[in-house]
Amino acid sequence: MAEERRLDGNAIGGVMIELFGVEMTTVPGSCGNCGAHEQMAETDVYLDAPGIVVRCRHCQNVLIRIVRGNGRTWLDLSGLSSLELPL
Amino acid sequence: MTGALEETPRVRTLLLDAEGWPGHRPGQHLDVRLTAEDGYQAERSYSIASAPGEPLSITVERLEDGEVSPYLVDEAREGDGFEVRGPIGGYFVWEDDGRPVFLVGGGSGVVPLMAMIRSSPGSTPIRLLYSSRTLEDVIYREELDARAGHGLEVFHTLTREQPSGWTGYSRRIDNDLLREIAWPASDDPQVFVCGSTRFVDAAADGLVALGYDPLSIKTERFGATGG
Amino acid sequence: MPQISRGFHGRRSEASSDRLPPGQHLVDDFPVLSAGPTPHTPLAEWTFTIEGGAEPASWTWEEFQALPSEEITTDIHCVTKWSKLDTAWRGVSLDTLLALVEHDADYLLAFCDGGYTTNLPLEHVTDGKAWIAYDYDGEPLEPEHGGPARMLVPHLYFWKSAKWIRGFRLQDEDEPGFWESNGYHILGDPWLEQRYWGD
Repeated sequence: MAEERRLDGNAIGGVMIELFGVEMTTVPGSCGNCGAHEQMAETDVYLDAPGIVVRCRHCQNVLIRIVRGNGRTWLDLSGLSSLELPL
Repeated sequence: MTGALEETPRVRTLLLDAEGWPGHRPGQHLDVRLTAEDGYQAERSYSIASAPGEPLSITVERLEDGEVSPYLVDEAREGDGFEVRGPIGGYFVWEDDGRPVFLVGGGSGVVPLMAMIRSSPGSTPIRLLYSSRTLEDVIYREELDARAGHGLEVFHTLTREQPSGWTGYSRRIDNDLLREIAWPASDDPQVFVCGSTRFVDAAADGLVALGYDPLSIKTERFGATGG
Repeated sequence: MPQISRGFHGRRSEASSDRLPPGQHLVDDFPVLSAGPTPHTPLAEWTFTIEGGAEPASWTWEEFQALPSEEITTDIHCVTKWSKLDTAWRGVSLDTLLALVEHDADYLLAFCDGGYTTNLPLEHVTDGKAWIAYDYDGEPLEPEHGGPARMLVPHLYFWKSAKWIRGFRLQDEDEPGFWESNGYHILGDPWLEQRYWGD
């Protein structure tokens, strides 16, 4: 059951477009813990927590946390060492 | 919403007329946001079923403990409005480059794959492996039958119950089944796998075991709960 | 103003109760919220540890089971707006645990299998306000609900009731945990609707 709660980065494509203004599922990012380099679609995503949690598929490190409430979004990217955004 | 099509007892296609819709690519999804009178909102993602250029449609499966899908399948009717955001996604998108295509769908995971099939010009060979619980649960059955043969091969597997005389497969996807149906890895196919997390993991792991390059396998997982 | 979806109410119950904090609705089931994979720590490897006291204190599963426990029946309130009434638990009171540790701390930071953390002022977990719970509804707590053991602080939003808890560190300062460091309220009192920073 709990395993079925694990989705992938496709599931937050819409939220990411709102935050970054560009299509993000193909954007590569590097894990700040293990260094794995994957497109955002290739991450583990948990949507049904109090916020959105994006984890590295290789080491489970939390890459991104997104909390939305009261007309604001809190975005924590501290688990990523880099994001390669298109110009 | 401009119309609806009952696909199976649990699945419905909704035709949408989205103001300012910029067009989409096969495999993309959109987000639906519903708003109750007191301002309560719920938002979920649904794959686009239509090919680019056709009237926009999504196909939705009712999840029994869901919040948005029961409304879209049972309640919404022609003329109703709700917010949509999209198109969304660039990873799970088919760009036809002539390489053979292997599509693997579980349940309503067939929806984005159907958008790819509907947008194919027919010159690129496509194989679809489609897993459903019962024959009644097969979405787009007649259309798939009609389209098969024009560059498209369709392989069904029914995992829970098979009608008498069933000639398709009758088990969950495993490595032997993938080996029988998938293009040889040496043909360098493009692969798209969509379904529940468990389904996608099993299919992707099986294809890697068959020698497929993990980078050639595009995967999209949807939740079995909460929709 | 967003477009109203005719006939859409969500999955919310119409039932109301004076036991419902503002903005909450009742549920009959027990929703599972996951921020990561569910840990499955064997009981033989499980320990509960209190750090930050004069001496570190640690219990094995068997030792922890031997501590005096209490039955608790209480309402719980999730910040995602569901509340569940009359949930029944068994666990060890934090009063019992803290009486075994010499300290002069004002706060704790709970830590868990899977890496989750949450912070609490000691005045909100003492005098019969918090437990380490290991039974739910007369049965061992299931992993998806936080088993083998979770924090239970029912007077605060339920994210404070950390699943898969393995111990806590006593501290002089209130150090924000996993959600408190990214938008969620440092305390989280549902009756004051302290959901987010600034509430």
